[in-house]
Amino acid sequence: MKANNPLIVVRDLSIAFAGAKAVDGLSFTVAAGEVTALVGESGSGKTVSGLSIAGLAPPEARITGRVTLAGADILGRTPRERRLAGHPAVSMVFQDPQAALNPVLTIGEQIVEAVRADGRTGARAAAARALELLDLVRIPEPGRRFSEYPHRLSGGMRQRVVIALALAASPVALVADEPTTALDVTIQAQILQLLIRLKDELGMALLLITHDLGVVAEAADRVLLMRDGRLLEDRGVRDFFDGPRHPYGRALLAARPGRRTRRGPRPRLADTSAPCLIGGEGSGAC
Amino acid sequence: MTLFAFMLRRTLAAAPMVVLMIVVNFLLLKAVPGDLVDVMAGESGIATVEQMADLRARFGLDRSALDQFQAYLSQLLRFDLGFSFRYSRPIADLVLERLPATALLVTVAVLAAVAVGVAAGVLAGRRPGGRFDRTVSVLSSLIFAMPSFWIGLVGIVLFAVHLRWLPIGGYATVGAPGAGWPHAVDVAAHLVLPAATLGLGYAALYARVTRAAVIETSRLDFVRTARAKGISETRVTLRHILRNALLPVVTLSGLKLGSMLGGAVVVETVFSWPGLGRLAFEAVADRDVNLLLSLFLCNSLLVIVMGILVDVSYAALDLRIEVTS
Repeated sequence: MKANNPLIVVRDLSIAFAGAKAVDGLSFTVAAGEVTALVGESGSGKTVSGLSIAGLAPPEARITGRVTLAGADILGRTPRERRLAGHPAVSMVFQDPQAALNPVLTIGEQIVEAVRADGRTGARAAAARALELLDLVRIPEPGRRFSEYPHRLSGGMRQRVVIALALAASPVALVADEPTTALDVTIQAQILQLLIRLKDELGMALLLITHDLGVVAEAADRVLLMRDGRLLEDRGVRDFFDGPRHPYGRALLAARPGRRTRRGPRPRLADTSAPCLIGGEGSGAC
Repeated sequence: MTLFAFMLRRTLAAAPMVVLMIVVNFLLLKAVPGDLVDVMAGESGIATVEQMADLRARFGLDRSALDQFQAYLSQLLRFDLGFSFRYSRPIADLVLERLPATALLVTVAVLAAVAVGVAAGVLAGRRPGGRFDRTVSVLSSLIFAMPSFWIGLVGIVLFAVHLRWLPIGGYATVGAPGAGWPHAVDVAAHLVLPAATLGLGYAALYARVTRAAVIETSRLDFVRTARAKGISETRVTLRHILRNALLPVVTLSGLKLGSMLGGAVVVETVFSWPGLGRLAFEAVADRDVNLLLSLFLCNSLLVIVMGILVDVSYAALDLRIEVTS
């Protein structure tokens, strides 16, 4: 994928909490139509970077630097301030869909509220748009889900609702913070594919925050590797997996499960014989 | 399970508790030294021992405690609250006559306390450590520290005696029209001080609980989701934070409403408010056991009913809680 005009430009972003620096001089760009993976371990500053790009950093965070979206300075502005200033939206997909939805409002009420946040859409048009969004994120029977409460939905369905909420503002970019971490393995691939498909269909930029190198290999066009609030690598995904320049990147790749270790291949689960648990030996249960 | 079935079930489950309360109330009052005859004899000052024995026989006070309890139970089974020899009237009449004044006082006090307490709690919880939060915190501590009879007396001295804004006590001005708008305004003026006195402590409590719940809820992820939608902070607070923070407040208000009659005893006495609380206070002083038993029973039933209503309102506030067994 060619590096077209950058949509989001982050320059020298620093974020501090009560004197402690969480992010230190972070600079990168995100291009429209691309999946940029922001990779790092817990505490590397990747989530709070994503939050501040989406305008959702906690108020006690001290943020300096510059973030522009299509040329407009958006750093330090809340989603509401950005909307009122006429900037295009950067939406966020959250890590834990269970916690990200209000338990006492129906799915429909929550999406309609997001749609109507523009102050122009009427109730009926907003409901129609909400159903459209539920359909867009491939929720079966959107009409029925519309009036249900979050606790009645599975984890995967809830994450689809969170994505629908993010799409309500017609964003030009999505920041997805560990969007698959809280989900079952079987659902993870579906949600990842949904995000990539939506990015293609809607022409958005996707900033994918993750610590899962499998997800990176599957989805990303570019890899940003962070540690201790600093950017260590900014490479194309193939370059990165072929051989990271930074020692930390190399160590990270070597630590992935399924790699050869010095003592030979790791034992595979399928090769080990399961202990006989039912009925004891000779019972024929094994 | 339907709402009706749920309420029926809860009511049946409360039955053993009601029986237990009847027994405990009876034993408690029989353990109090002195009886109505002692009080009446003391007041008249000229009663002989024979006259007192005669009165006790007429009131049934000479029978054994067990006999008296049996008589009381058989009365209750006939939905008869009994007879007050002090007032020479059926107790049901007395209670029904006094109930409206207390219901008015308690309802107004609770509504005002919830409105003031929740509003103060939300504003304080939105900016913990801010100027408003600290003010509410100091005020509520002060209110907790002041007994309600004292707050009432200070209110009377300040607003009724010095400033002359409000009447000193009573339910309505004697000799004023007993109906229509002038009467309603008159009663409302009489209601302000007692309702404020009764509600103030509860308002302070609700402010504290609401503040804590708002701070707790503000940290939850869905509040960030709401903010991400680009809606106003007011809407985030009211629709997302408050709605979820209200559960503990409802629990507390419901349970406290049941116990407000206890507070009403003090307030009604201070303000000469002609309600059940003052009736209870006088019944204690008069050793009018029959009347007290009925008042205790009414109060116990009120607490149980409020408990059931709190459970039902949970389901209305939070759909995850369903009214099932």
